[in-house]
Amino acid sequence: MKKVTLLAALCCFLFATAAQAETLKILTWKGYAPKALIEKFEQETGIKVEATFSNNEEMIAKLRATRGAGFDLAQPSQDRISSVQEKFKIYQPVDYAKIDAKLFIPSMLDAVKKNTKVGDNSYAVPFCWGTSGLVVNSEKAPGADDWNALLDPQYKGRISYRLKRPTLIAIGFALGYNPFDLYSDATAYKAMLDKVAETLIKAKPLVKNYWANGDALLESMRSGEVTVAMAWDNGGWKLHADNPAIDFRAPKAGALGWIDTFAIPSKAKNVEAAYKWINFMMKPENAGYFTTQEKVATASLDANAHVSADVRANFERTFPKETIDNIKWYPPVPAKLEGMEGKILDKIKASK
Amino acid sequence: MKSGYRLTLWLFLAPVLLWLFLLIVIPHLDLLLMSFRGESGVGNPVWTLQNYKNFFTEPIYWRTFVRTALYAVITTLCTFVLALPVSFYIAKLARPRTRGFLTVLLLLPFWVSELVRVYGWMILLRESGVFNYVLLKMGIIHQPVEMLYNDVTMIMGLVYTSMLFMVVPLISVMESLDDSLIEAAYDLEASKFAILRTIIIPHCKPGITSGAIVVFMLALGNYLTPNLMGGKNSLWFTEQIYNQFIASFNWNQGAAFGFLLLVLSSLIIWTGLKVTRQRLGEVAS
Repeated sequence: MKKVTLLAALCCFLFATAAQAETLKILTWKGYAPKALIEKFEQETGIKVEATFSNNEEMIAKLRATRGAGFDLAQPSQDRISSVQEKFKIYQPVDYAKIDAKLFIPSMLDAVKKNTKVGDNSYAVPFCWGTSGLVVNSEKAPGADDWNALLDPQYKGRISYRLKRPTLIAIGFALGYNPFDLYSDATAYKAMLDKVAETLIKAKPLVKNYWANGDALLESMRSGEVTVAMAWDNGGWKLHADNPAIDFRAPKAGALGWIDTFAIPSKAKNVEAAYKWINFMMKPENAGYFTTQEKVATASLDANAHVSADVRANFERTFPKETIDNIKWYPPVPAKLEGMEGKILDKIKASK
Repeated sequence: MKSGYRLTLWLFLAPVLLWLFLLIVIPHLDLLLMSFRGESGVGNPVWTLQNYKNFFTEPIYWRTFVRTALYAVITTLCTFVLALPVSFYIAKLARPRTRGFLTVLLLLPFWVSELVRVYGWMILLRESGVFNYVLLKMGIIHQPVEMLYNDVTMIMGLVYTSMLFMVVPLISVMESLDDSLIEAAYDLEASKFAILRTIIIPHCKPGITSGAIVVFMLALGNYLTPNLMGGKNSLWFTEQIYNQFIASFNWNQGAAFGFLLLVLSSLIIWTGLKVTRQRLGEVAS
């Protein structure tokens, strides 16, 4: 009898703790939910935030496995939403009435709305943006200013990039294609991929490694093991703060621009909290804090005043007007390409 | 009375059975079904054997598997060669008190996760790492050497992570080996190699086999070590499964690869047992 009472008490206790704390589960990138902002949000709303760190592919796979359950908010890139939504139906339409539109840069909000449209609904709002380009140690590789530096024999053993789809796109540009124009033409895109694979396999002896972990790449650039890398702009800026010789450089062909978004999984439990978090993060002071911390620009309209001077200096140094205009923004990826790219990536890694 | 006993048994068994059934059997059945699904040309789901056919017709896939299996076999052999003297020393030569200490020493690295151990090796071996630093200071080399990202390092990492699983079964079978057999062999002036070949190894056979099976499966199913230490040249079969699921969104193909890995690795172990004329029952007992 005693045991039963104990068990009952235990059950009550468990239920009580579960009911007491309202939680918001976010599936996001590392750094996108800074600790200070999580604490501030908890104080303002009483909602506990649990963040899980991931990347585009894993976010999609996780949500697909649960058919859109388990998280209240996800942050995929805008080009990876519409085809995924069409096929797997893992998100729910965004109710734009619940979004404080005044907080957003209007053109960016509209662009994301347009790019994530499936049927009559749109599925995302923008959060932040950045570019992929070259991170160069200008003392050791002064001439690296375009994608073909990644294939240049004079930097043999000092080159590093990820073996992921952005690299295929970048090498496509280096070979004189415009991969984004070929998105709609599967055969032409395949032909380009074959050419890219051939190039990358030939360039294998030149590569130090295919990096998989951002921190590991920064470490090998800091130690001088790598002098030319394909990486994100904020990584380059982080290194620049320690060693002025290293900096992010937008390639001549144009840096590859991405926008990461907020999207709500179809079986989210706490949708209201998700909207609260979106509006909270986009407030100028919070977005500014995020940009200062992570060196990633947001879609928040007036955040600039809250960004520290050295971070603003990064943007001004790297992105003069014509470089900004030259950014190649990722258009939505059509469904069929991912399978093709997966095979090509396997082929590159498997060959000697 | 008897039925009460039965009820308790089932009650205690229920969590295990539920665990097995819900978390292992059902997902595997789901994966098995998935591996026979595919898309027709226009994108409609159909039943098909295409996913399995792809493995045999696409050289990248089966070559990666052959390479992975070969390296797993090499890893197993290396682990055995290293583990035999170590376990012989611990079981036979060390004093009982040092024996416990040495076993703890073997266990110690396993108190941290595999990821941490692999990163530890990477810090030692990288171009700006500890080994290079020491060698440069001592004047043995004049240019830092990249010791990571090649097959030798990768196999070393695999051997390191699976050592324990070979040493433990070997120690336990060696403890039952009668010392007087070895002493008698010495009295009859047998060479060390002959003692090893005709006394120690035959006696340890069950331990060797179970250790080898565990190490082989661990190496074959490893994802982390080949990926981090092997670097740019080491596509492991597990990574290909991951890529099918995650990068290509092709769960059907990934599921088929998963089952092929299961079947083919079981086949390799079965062949190994046949060749050494053993039965799984003997090994397990």
